[in-house]
Amino acid sequence: MLERRAGIAAPASEPVAAPAAAPPDGDWTFKARRWIERVLPMDHLLPRRQPYYVGSWVYVFGVVTIAALVWVIVSGVVLSFMGPQWWHVSSLGRFINSLHFWSVQLFFVFMVLHLWGQYFMAGWRDGRAATWMIGVVIFATSILTAFTGYLSQQNFDSQFIAISAKDAMNSTGAGAFFDVLNFGQMYGLHVMLLPIGITFLVVVHIVMVRSRGVVKPIGSEGSPVS
Amino acid sequence: MDSAAHYFDWGFIHISYPNLLLIGLMIVLFAVALVAPFPHGTDRDA
Repeated sequence: MLERRAGIAAPASEPVAAPAAAPPDGDWTFKARRWIERVLPMDHLLPRRQPYYVGSWVYVFGVVTIAALVWVIVSGVVLSFMGPQWWHVSSLGRFINSLHFWSVQLFFVFMVLHLWGQYFMAGWRDGRAATWMIGVVIFATSILTAFTGYLSQQNFDSQFIAISAKDAMNSTGAGAFFDVLNFGQMYGLHVMLLPIGITFLVVVHIVMVRSRGVVKPIGSEGSPVS
Repeated sequence: MDSAAHYFDWGFIHISYPNLLLIGLMIVLFAVALVAPFPHGTDRDA
């Protein structure tokens, strides 16, 4: 073993490993790897060059939305670790609470601006309908997450919102399994299930954008794309 | 911040001034993003 590490050739009598044969059909890891390489090659996932039309501030709105989401998640993790007494009483807790709130405001502002940009450039063209629809689902899930967040503040504001919302929820029948007066349920949804859902959908959204590239401007279907 | 916001009323439109201001700023930001020059690096096409 020591000789091999030193780079000395093995004796001729030692058996030599056969060259790798083509994997059998049942090799799912090989198939999965080939599928990923075909659908999402690395030069699509991390491109070094972008088409000329990407040189516009309109394309920045999406990545700013993601940056705001990162701040929302980071501040939310700190809040969930420290708890309501901390975020209401201590100065640092109130600062992190405000950071969480204002990051959410920026997240929604830039998500809507990103939506406007994609709407007016018809971002669903050329096989990108699923990418658009996942964006719509992210938007709806974000509204639900923000709503459960307002209900999780543990103050008079959250109580007022819960009391105001319960009749609307009950009138739709949703109150049977979505009880806005149940703090534990709202808090659990807000800090666990909904953030996981949004993060997963955002990752899928980005991977789909990268796999197909950014949609060409309307009227320039024939223009070259790198 | 603890006082109730003032509202803008026009026909069926009923919206607080802070929300109206925010929507106006978003529209302005969107318009600026369309026309403002974008810095181009040396590695971009064209």
